[in-house]
Amino acid sequence: MIELLIPADSAAVAVGADAVAGALTREAERRGLEICITRTGTRGMLWLEPLVEVEIGGARVAYGPVTPGDVPGLLDAGMLDGAPHALRIGPPEAHAYMAGQTRVTFERVGRIDPLSLTDFRASGGFEGLARARSLGPDATLEAITASGLRGRGGAGFPAGVKWRTVAEARGAAKYIVCNADEGDSGTFADRMLMEGDPFQLIEGMAVAALAVGADKGFVYSRSEYPIANRLFARALDIVRASGDLGTFNIELRIGAGAYVCGEETALLDSLEGKRGQVRAKPPLPAHRGLFGQPTVVNNVLTLATAPWILRHGAQAYAAMGVGRSRGTQPIQLAGNVRFPGLFEAPFGLTLGQIVEEIGGGTASGLPVKAVQCGGPLGAYFPPALFDTVYDYEAFAARDGLVGHGGIVVFDDTVDMAAQARFAFEFCAAESCGKCTPCRIGSVRGVETLDRILSGQDHGEALPLIEDLCHTLKFGSLCALGGFTPYPVMSAITHFPDDFRPAKRPRSE
Amino acid sequence: MTTFEPWNAERAEALIEQNAGRQGPLLPILHAIEEAFGHVPAAAVALIAERLNLSRAEVHGAVTFYHDFHAAPRSGRTVKICRGEACQAMGGTAMARAVCEALGVGAGEAFGGTSRDGATTVEEVFCLGLCGVAPAAMVEGRPLGRMCATDLLAAIGS
Repeated sequence: MIELLIPADSAAVAVGADAVAGALTREAERRGLEICITRTGTRGMLWLEPLVEVEIGGARVAYGPVTPGDVPGLLDAGMLDGAPHALRIGPPEAHAYMAGQTRVTFERVGRIDPLSLTDFRASGGFEGLARARSLGPDATLEAITASGLRGRGGAGFPAGVKWRTVAEARGAAKYIVCNADEGDSGTFADRMLMEGDPFQLIEGMAVAALAVGADKGFVYSRSEYPIANRLFARALDIVRASGDLGTFNIELRIGAGAYVCGEETALLDSLEGKRGQVRAKPPLPAHRGLFGQPTVVNNVLTLATAPWILRHGAQAYAAMGVGRSRGTQPIQLAGNVRFPGLFEAPFGLTLGQIVEEIGGGTASGLPVKAVQCGGPLGAYFPPALFDTVYDYEAFAARDGLVGHGGIVVFDDTVDMAAQARFAFEFCAAESCGKCTPCRIGSVRGVETLDRILSGQDHGEALPLIEDLCHTLKFGSLCALGGFTPYPVMSAITHFPDDFRPAKRPRSE
Repeated sequence: MTTFEPWNAERAEALIEQNAGRQGPLLPILHAIEEAFGHVPAAAVALIAERLNLSRAEVHGAVTFYHDFHAAPRSGRTVKICRGEACQAMGGTAMARAVCEALGVGAGEAFGGTSRDGATTVEEVFCLGLCGVAPAAMVEGRPLGRMCATDLLAAIGS
């Protein structure tokens, strides 16, 4: 019996992984070959999906990207023995893209059967939770604080400080809420982790629960992620049956297509069954969060990293990174890039290294014009800023965001005035409506940019946009309105030519 | 194609009851209703409000806030086309326009709608998390990546 591994990750399925698995099953049966196919998460080398791995004597040999039509030829060539073929990429771990990474949060993703507790335990699963149990809450909080782990959702708030605030707050109940509402375009790490190693997230939530004294957890995921949700629900059932979490119980909740619910207070209102509108802070969710009780709200990646920190020690995590950005960041490369995928590395690479060396430049082969970092509310950086170090503070110093780790590459066919307009359009579509700068400012932004785009502006529009951005930035309740100026102003600042009236043909 | 059940108040009450005991039950209930009937009719809003001791305005407010809940029945297959930046960078805007044109639905500010033959409903979505295999879409919950207008129309089956 030869074991084949094919991702069941949404991105792999989207490019035909199920059809490849089906073709392999049928073709092997026709030839009387004994194979078994295990569905895994993805390694994260997305340009190679669907990637098929063959387990040979405890090692893996990968082939990709495979189409159903390639299957007979691959079997003819001796794929099951790891034989040469045009699609053979060799041992996946040895591929330069993988070998250059430091996998911490994603150490198991793509390697294991995501629903096998045996695989999970065999690779250190539940060791972090066991360590937290033996250390007790206080030393666990100390370890998370000392590791320097910061919120990976985008805000970068120190996780240890948040957890300690909840631990010290008084309440009839305490909650761990996992923010899996990964709405930022260009990001997919939360989904990839939930589909590739769901038990690790569950373990991380249990660690947080132990540290702060919570006995109930919620994972708030997205309706746009049906595959992740089905898999994660099954993982929860498996863990409930195994009893590994003790009395801690986790419930999976699905959002309903509102981007703003990724904002933590809107998420809490949505969980409570209301319109997902942002709350004014204070009170902080750590003091009065879900149902008015002290609540830890952390991103998937933040929680999923906690077990590694406890297993290997805070110092091992803190030893990686630069400045105040410690540990690793799962960088997501997407858009017009030759090697899209997930690249986990310690903070400290330059943006140029990430885009040009790791990403291989654009997929179209045209020059890079701009990269948007940190989702739809992140700044557009021109190649002139490629020396920016990947680190929260260095990005902030250049009016940019690390955010949730997404980097979207654009070639030189992009019109940056259109991108600035889109930022306003997106804000208008997704605004929760509670505060005026965001609700109305975004619509006015679209209208004003339309004057530029249609060639009907005579120089009045840009000062108006700048003024509007100032109002949005300082007058909005949350990051949706507050950060929309990042893509808009960065486009205006770094790509002024695209906004010059003379360059725009006058239309009706 | 997903076929939805015709409206049935008893069935709706059962779905409400199944979820009413949960903490923050409104979204799970709305999802259950939407999944069964393809939309959340006004009759369901009244039943939910009654059972959860909320005003109808509160329930209506939630239904209209979230893109996933529809006040009127949808017809045919649902196609979600990603309009996020990663898909834009890979020609997603032109693809979306071509698909909308072929189906006879809006591709501008009022994006999407139901096709002339009523067989397909197109909705915009801002990110399916398939940014590494852009441009992306989802047909009846099935993720599709590295799409072009021709392939997407073929997947829709029109």
